[in-house]
Amino acid sequence: MVDADVGLRNLDIVLGLESRVKHHLLDVLEERVSLDEALVPGKHSESLFLLAAAQSREKDDVETAKMKALISSLRERFDYVLIDCPAGIELGFRNAVAGADEAIVICTPEVAAVRDVDRVVGLLGNRFRPQLVINRLRPNLVKKGKMLSVEDVNAILRLPLLGVIADEPEIIVTTNRGEPLALRKDTPTGAAYHAIAARVAGEDVPAPMPAPAKVTILERVGSLFGGKRA
Amino acid sequence: MIEFLKKLFGQSGSSATAKERLRLVLMTDHLELAPELIEAMKRDLVDVISRHVEVDRDKIEVNFERQDSALAMLANIPILSVNRPNPSLTLVPVPEPVASVQPPVAANGAPPNAAPPRVRKRRKRTSKKAAGTNAAPASATPASAAAN
Repeated sequence: MVDADVGLRNLDIVLGLESRVKHHLLDVLEERVSLDEALVPGKHSESLFLLAAAQSREKDDVETAKMKALISSLRERFDYVLIDCPAGIELGFRNAVAGADEAIVICTPEVAAVRDVDRVVGLLGNRFRPQLVINRLRPNLVKKGKMLSVEDVNAILRLPLLGVIADEPEIIVTTNRGEPLALRKDTPTGAAYHAIAARVAGEDVPAPMPAPAKVTILERVGSLFGGKRA
Repeated sequence: MIEFLKKLFGQSGSSATAKERLRLVLMTDHLELAPELIEAMKRDLVDVISRHVEVDRDKIEVNFERQDSALAMLANIPILSVNRPNPSLTLVPVPEPVASVQPPVAANGAPPNAAPPRVRKRRKRTSKKAAGTNAAPASATPASAAAN
């Protein structure tokens, strides 16, 4: 896993690896350390390694050609190289995609996100065969017609759908602890992450759709008397 | 209760608004990002129109405008000259109503156009009233005569 968001390093803290990062992407690109020294082994998985972004540098400090070369050397060592692309369409984005051959675009069901994804997909072109992950979907809102549905989003973007992740409070809680929910297959959201991983690996498994939570009669009565509403 | 009534009368949620707004904004975005598409459209438009009238190619303006729930293309194409109507068309015998109405419209342009149709309509009505059931073929001839 390569964090290409130079200047805004975050994958380390999300994965609970922040205390183990000693060297970063630019240390490797500028040949201060070897790749092996910079790769941080994952806490929860033996096959996952993180190459952290530089925090005190800028995206423009990365040379596109060197980034491309780095990705191809990682490609020889690992089955999959995931590059976390920074937001935006500037040099940071171009550097992140330079060595990639596939793209997974993440979109939340909001107008601003859909518009941005449409633009990014236009920039990526056909070469990366972009696939779509819809993140932070709230099935209860969709049911009420208050949020764009998976179908609404993809009627506009028209991309192969890789998976859908619900906006679960559990994700915030587990991220607080640095233990990604994606690793817990026993929860519906964890299972959705696993399905995405399996589909990326080419397995023919269905993408589970988040279902609206069932509201009990008691809760419904409560909401009649001014209780909170979704 | 209000929620229920809204649902009952088919008022859609804000996601429908989001969808509609996205649809329009992406159309505009895609056009903005494809200047070559607009140029190609301009060229084709001019080619078609030039078959009939001579246009000022350098002063053509093509704009896109949001109109409520649709995107409209507005083209301003200055016309330099209009060819004399083809004589073979004007020489068509008067009783042919369709052919005799067409040439004056093309030759004179907009202003004279406004009056004749009104006259035509009125005459049609009055002749219908006067002639009764067999008015249809009879009313066509006075109408084309008036236009000429």
